[in-house]
Amino acid sequence: MPAKKKFDAIVIGGGHNGLVNGAYLAKSGLSTLILERRHLVGGAAITEELHPGFSFTTFSYALSLLRPEIIHELELTKHGFMPLLMPSTFAPTEDGDYILLGQDKNENHHEISRHSPHDADAYDAYGHMMEQVVHAIRPLMDSIPPDITSKDPEERARMAAIGSYLADLPPGVLHDMIRLMTGSAADILEDYFESDLMQGLHASSGIIGTKVGPRSQGSGLVLLYHSFGEHDGAYGAWAFHKGGNGGFTQVLARAAESFGAEIRLESPVDHVVIKNGRATGVMLDDGTELEAKTVVSAVDPRRTFMQLVDPRELPTDLVENIRRFKFQGTSAKVNFALDANPTYPGLEGRSDQYRGFINMGPSLDYLERAFDDAKYGWYSQKPYIDGCIQSNVDPDMAPPGKAVMSCFIQYAPYHLKESDWDSERDRFGDVVQKTLEGFFPGFGDLVLHREVVTPLDIERVVGLTEGNIFAGEFLAPQMFFFRPAPGWNQYRTPIEGYYQCGSGTHPGGCVMGAPGRFASQQILGDLAKKK
Amino acid sequence: MIRETPFHPRTSEANKTGLWSHWSGYLATDRYQMSDKFEYFAIRNSAAVIDTSPLYKYRIIGSDAERFLAGVLARDIRKCRPGQAHYTVWCDDEGWVVEDGVILRHSDDEFLLTAAEPNMAYLQDLVGRMAVQIEDVSDDFGALALQGPYAREILKQLAPEMEEIGYFHLTPAKVGNAAVTISRTGYTGDLGYEIWVERDDAVGVWDTLFEVAAPYGVIPAGQTALLIARIEAGLVLIDVDFYSARYAWNDDQRTTPHELGLGWMLRDLPSDDRAFIGRRAIERELADGTSRWKTVGIMVDYEDWNRVYNERGVIPPKDHTPEHGGMMIYDEKLERIGYTPSFVYSPMAQRHVGIARIRPEHAALGTDVSLEVTIDHRYDVVKASVSRLPFFNPPRKTA
Repeated sequence: MPAKKKFDAIVIGGGHNGLVNGAYLAKSGLSTLILERRHLVGGAAITEELHPGFSFTTFSYALSLLRPEIIHELELTKHGFMPLLMPSTFAPTEDGDYILLGQDKNENHHEISRHSPHDADAYDAYGHMMEQVVHAIRPLMDSIPPDITSKDPEERARMAAIGSYLADLPPGVLHDMIRLMTGSAADILEDYFESDLMQGLHASSGIIGTKVGPRSQGSGLVLLYHSFGEHDGAYGAWAFHKGGNGGFTQVLARAAESFGAEIRLESPVDHVVIKNGRATGVMLDDGTELEAKTVVSAVDPRRTFMQLVDPRELPTDLVENIRRFKFQGTSAKVNFALDANPTYPGLEGRSDQYRGFINMGPSLDYLERAFDDAKYGWYSQKPYIDGCIQSNVDPDMAPPGKAVMSCFIQYAPYHLKESDWDSERDRFGDVVQKTLEGFFPGFGDLVLHREVVTPLDIERVVGLTEGNIFAGEFLAPQMFFFRPAPGWNQYRTPIEGYYQCGSGTHPGGCVMGAPGRFASQQILGDLAKKK
Repeated sequence: MIRETPFHPRTSEANKTGLWSHWSGYLATDRYQMSDKFEYFAIRNSAAVIDTSPLYKYRIIGSDAERFLAGVLARDIRKCRPGQAHYTVWCDDEGWVVEDGVILRHSDDEFLLTAAEPNMAYLQDLVGRMAVQIEDVSDDFGALALQGPYAREILKQLAPEMEEIGYFHLTPAKVGNAAVTISRTGYTGDLGYEIWVERDDAVGVWDTLFEVAAPYGVIPAGQTALLIARIEAGLVLIDVDFYSARYAWNDDQRTTPHELGLGWMLRDLPSDDRAFIGRRAIERELADGTSRWKTVGIMVDYEDWNRVYNERGVIPPKDHTPEHGGMMIYDEKLERIGYTPSFVYSPMAQRHVGIARIRPEHAALGTDVSLEVTIDHRYDVVKASVSRLPFFNPPRKTA
């Protein structure tokens, strides 16, 4: 039987947002096809066995921002959804000191007190401030922002409602929110913490994935964004999904299929077919044309507007805004198969410190210096590393007694001055490994296999422009009303029947799923209006 | 003096929190490390070791042992062949549940019955002229549960003979030099086994087990982790979900097997000619339809849970710590129709769930109910619905 060629909806891209979007459309009864270019779904949320017995989370590596509504509405627990608790955070220094935080408030107090009794108390105050801000901002993040360019009275009313909502917040919470949204992570953190290690540990969340240093304006927003998730109701907590984020996207794929969505792998889309100003389907690279009344792009804004369609079909201001939309990927991954857990000086024989993130960024200065290299077009000679030895949380990830370690690296700017990533890949891997050796003497002896993933690799393999892990920078001018462009922040495009649902739309990146969900609501609403 | 289980030299070493509870007169670890939830996840994700030694253990032997037990236990023990185990209850003559427990059948005439409370006098008084001896061996044996998806892979490396045993079967085995019994039983609703070992060999078995198990991320798990798992598994707990009929003050505190959701044990009653304690009362209950309760699951509506807390301006709690109380359940007219003695945020179901006791006319699957919660000392109700037990039932449990 020839493959079906006509669908109600076609989703381009089988990353987590494409899968979420396709699942919702299928659940509502649309015949839905999800097209994935690669041999597996997941986009940047995949798990691959790159060394026998060792599962690598090649790109994204933890879960927190996933909207809880999606878990329930898509019945993910039926399909194996299992976010495992990461009970600790380990912040080592290069001289054998550390902070090890766990699940017990008072034990954390004692641990931080070793460094600063002041910070031990401030830690609770900081946590409470963050929770209040996150709680306040959630309704805004969990809804589709109004169109700031619209004269429609309904949109105007929604703008006014946001104003009222903010005005009703406790003034202190509103002020903290604005400080986070506009200021630097360092400014906030220095209000609370005096110890280098506590400042560095928390500032790291303010730089991840973004070309800012902890002292740059804008890093506060990144810090806030990374605190916005939850694990079983604990705000700001991160989890490791069973089998990695690839395990999670497999759950999503099963859910989508259970609602009737079809997933086709190795089906790269060349362009969206447009007839008389409306999308009528897609043309695959191999020349196959597939028809659908609704076409949804789950890829990033540049691909959505500049490659899948002809920019000449679009309004000039949109093209201009997309052209200047900042990607400038700045992060890399180096993943390791290890013969055993690394040994930390003074904690010989222990591995319980490796059950969560291992934050190698022991001070603001350390992070800011790492950023200095990037400012001038080079990768950090002593990078910030967010490590995670996932086999300590999930035994499926490595053979018994062995370890698999994911290392998120910053800074690794996409554009290198006077070199390129294909030339620098191994040298960069060596810099990272040397840095790890500084924290964990003897680390190099444990390495069985090393995978270096540069921003160029992220772009080539996943398709994220310039390797930006969020499908576009988390900078205030690119968020909320403006993601990806003013007037086009509600998942529609100027082409009728053509929608966007990737992380380049509101609320943004991380394995969150909200863009895919909101886009499905818009699509279904528009279809209902037509009836 | 509070007693120590045979594994105490190891459990006390592993217990980093200093949190212990008293379980049937023995010290039992509440949680070994600062995160009981991490211990819980070991059960669902790798495997966890749980010291279940404090259970009362009675060896029942003799040529009349089967006949005796067939008259005492509500579930037909004659169908439990040597090498098998039963989860069972025993009732009083009015058909109220006295207690529940697991019974292992070692041979035609040798059984090991476990119970949460002392039953020696109760059982002995029922022996009469039968050739049965009952021996309290509670202190002679340690019991170590290995529960979780990796349990089989680990144990078979120590005792290859256990690989093939089916759900609720048992086998003699050797772990290191120690002769043990391995049964495929547990209180977690997951793939799991229990190792029954003589006191003197207990520490050796612990050490041998951990040598193999530790590289899989296996850790000891305390009572809190076990109690989360058992609610997800829909397994009832004495003094929480029911009370022993022997010590109840009134019939409100008593329960029949059917009311407790254990009617399946008596499925074959019509074709079963046994005279067992409580039989006539149970038959009357079924014939007259006098069961007052059904034991069912309830699942809380996550949106409504969030709503009631958000309206009070607090973060909706999703606490995995089991709540053993009695949150009231109402119908749509806010008439009280039941309560939920066991309640928890289930990490596997990703919502709050409870083992509930509901009036039969409101207990159909999917029935909408309201659950009473207390927020800042004020009552509120959240939407919930009647659901199937267990909440988590992976194929690996019985595969």
